[in-house]
Amino acid sequence: MIEVLTLFLFNIVIYSIPLLYATCGEIIVEKSGSLNLGVEGTMAVGAVFGFLAGCRADSLPVALLVSFAASALVGAIFCIFTISLQANQNVTGLTITTIGVAVYFFVGNGLGANWPVYRDCTRLVAGVSDLNIPLLSKIPVIGKAFFSHNILVYLAVIIAVLVWVYFEKTSFGLRLRAIGENPGAADSLGVNIVLYKYLHIMAGSGIMGIGGLYMGLNMGGTFEGSNCWINGYGWIAIALVIFANWSTMHAILGTFVFGFFNTLRIYNMPLATTFPKTMGWLSSVPAQVFSALPFIVTLLVLVISSIKSRKSGRSNAPTAIGVNYYREDR
Amino acid sequence: MKKLLSLIVASVVMCAALFTGCGTAASESNAEAGGAGASDFIVGAIYINSQNDNAGYTYAHHQGIVKAMEALGLNTETNLKIRDNVPEDDEQVRTAIEQLAGQGCDIIFGISFGYINAFAEAAEEYPDIVFCHATGYLSNDRNFNNYFGRIYQARYLAGIAAGYKSLEIGNNNIGYVSAWGTEYAETCSGINAFALGARAVNPDAVVHVNEIYTWGDQELERQAAEVLVSTYGCGVIAQHCDSAQPQIVAQEQGVYGCGYNSDMASDAPDAHLTAPVWNWNVYYQLAIETAMNEASAADFFTNIGGNYYGGLNEGMVDISPLTDNNAPEAAEAIELARNLMVSGEWDVFSGTALVFSGEAGSVTVEQVSQALMDNEGNIIVDGGQGSVDDSVIQGSMNYYVDGVVAES
Repeated sequence: MIEVLTLFLFNIVIYSIPLLYATCGEIIVEKSGSLNLGVEGTMAVGAVFGFLAGCRADSLPVALLVSFAASALVGAIFCIFTISLQANQNVTGLTITTIGVAVYFFVGNGLGANWPVYRDCTRLVAGVSDLNIPLLSKIPVIGKAFFSHNILVYLAVIIAVLVWVYFEKTSFGLRLRAIGENPGAADSLGVNIVLYKYLHIMAGSGIMGIGGLYMGLNMGGTFEGSNCWINGYGWIAIALVIFANWSTMHAILGTFVFGFFNTLRIYNMPLATTFPKTMGWLSSVPAQVFSALPFIVTLLVLVISSIKSRKSGRSNAPTAIGVNYYREDR
Repeated sequence: MKKLLSLIVASVVMCAALFTGCGTAASESNAEAGGAGASDFIVGAIYINSQNDNAGYTYAHHQGIVKAMEALGLNTETNLKIRDNVPEDDEQVRTAIEQLAGQGCDIIFGISFGYINAFAEAAEEYPDIVFCHATGYLSNDRNFNNYFGRIYQARYLAGIAAGYKSLEIGNNNIGYVSAWGTEYAETCSGINAFALGARAVNPDAVVHVNEIYTWGDQELERQAAEVLVSTYGCGVIAQHCDSAQPQIVAQEQGVYGCGYNSDMASDAPDAHLTAPVWNWNVYYQLAIETAMNEASAADFFTNIGGNYYGGLNEGMVDISPLTDNNAPEAAEAIELARNLMVSGEWDVFSGTALVFSGEAGSVTVEQVSQALMDNEGNIIVDGGQGSVDDSVIQGSMNYYVDGVVAES
């Protein structure tokens, strides 16, 4: 009986983690004042290259490194176009989504090579097997649900916390935030804007790539079917950045909320039949409602936060987001 | 700032809706092999996705057309004209048809349901070209027909395999991950046929259907299969969705499974029993051959015998080879059921049920008069009455048969 609840919570975490990677990555990008709509494509590229390299080498570290590097390279392309060549960020981002997903299909099913079978990559499979955290994983329900996951789940949370510390507590983070708020002012203080933007957008994109890799590993990586593994999660991440109000700490909670609703699509009936008194009503809610709810909540959060920021005069959104910085305009 | 934010949100929500709804596929490779025929017969095809896909719906049709043309000695490089990625929009389909007509096509295939109106109009406008539309319901009595297959017959056979497995492992719970349920006759008839097959072998079997309300989300397909195993204790997982995730889950969880569309044994070597599969080339060869050999396009409808719904008999549908994971009786029972359907003696949705009995080596089948009931206790077909396969072909089937439980 309790088992259903545990599995429900466990799967929320499974679902949330790729979103957490992608959201953290996009928050870093947006804090530097760039809006990268290419999350979906960036994740797809990191997923396919990281997965295949990891299988070839039969090693999780290789998979992580290659997915980070491949996606960072996609981030670099975004930088070249928007920072060096001053192209429109929205259009560049959308292009990256299209091309990234196309690269995924080309490499994944298009080349038609005999890719390694994930099942047979014993060391890689062992690398992402669930780890029980001592003591904590013994707690009933919550232990199994939150403290018995694979290493990539914990890594995502660690990254989210580290990024928050970086932004809030280090001078590098402060300079980056300054660039996102007012690049002209940061420039006049001697901050190397181009270097900062390149490095952070590449790092953010690399983190998105690990999110994509996570999805591939979690699903046992088959290239059958006409849909990409990422299948729209990159877009949800862009919405989540707003939902999380550009804070990676909020993103941990925000991704959990998104994961909660999406997992309910599958678990509404099991929960309703197991706990008929308290959750029986779930069975009569159409599944489409659960998939729409996170977006409705995002809109509400946006409205509330914009009312709040109008009153207090400050918002967490980087002021200069989406605007290319051109030094001679200063 | 507010303007920008609202722009972002609007575009994100729109894109998310768009991209999660229908994942796009664009992939490369796979060269067409050219036949050596000297015929000047030109085949046209309009695809919803790309001829370069490596899996999925368009891929299956493209392979079917290429295979059929090769069998007929037609060169697939010079004599096959394709319009890829044509959306279900009358105007765009019309343009694609005009282009193919301009390239001298003698027969044009449209593989997606939404091409239906444009095809019906074009058939009147171009009386010298043969038009064939898949999965639709319109036709004229001259140069325009529609075609589809009785995949439910193959589903029934897969159901038998699942039923025997459930007996062998002593677990009556069978799971079924489905993109949609009673909303579409295509998914609903598949579930029903599968359940009837399973219960012909194991009358106590229950088919738990988990709908995910979308095509193509592998994560949801995976979770749905996991729930079927963990919550409902299913020992066999069948599927009607895009990816092999349910089979991979079956493999991981140590249960069994029936795939769909392609032989998924390589995805789940220890779990897979068999999968219903399509052989579209059967129809394409028949259609192209008929059109090639006739004096006038206006004779097509008569010559091909009207609208086409091939089943096991024609080879249009089948199941992938049974793996060693199957229970020992499965192969014999499936052969018996197949023979009854191939000969036309019996069909799935009728008032006659098949009952299998006996050990491996001596499996027998008995035809029993038994009303076809839905899972709310209503009689669909009275005992002994004929098949209602029309409701599958015309798309009106919208109920689950007895033994099916919707779990979502």
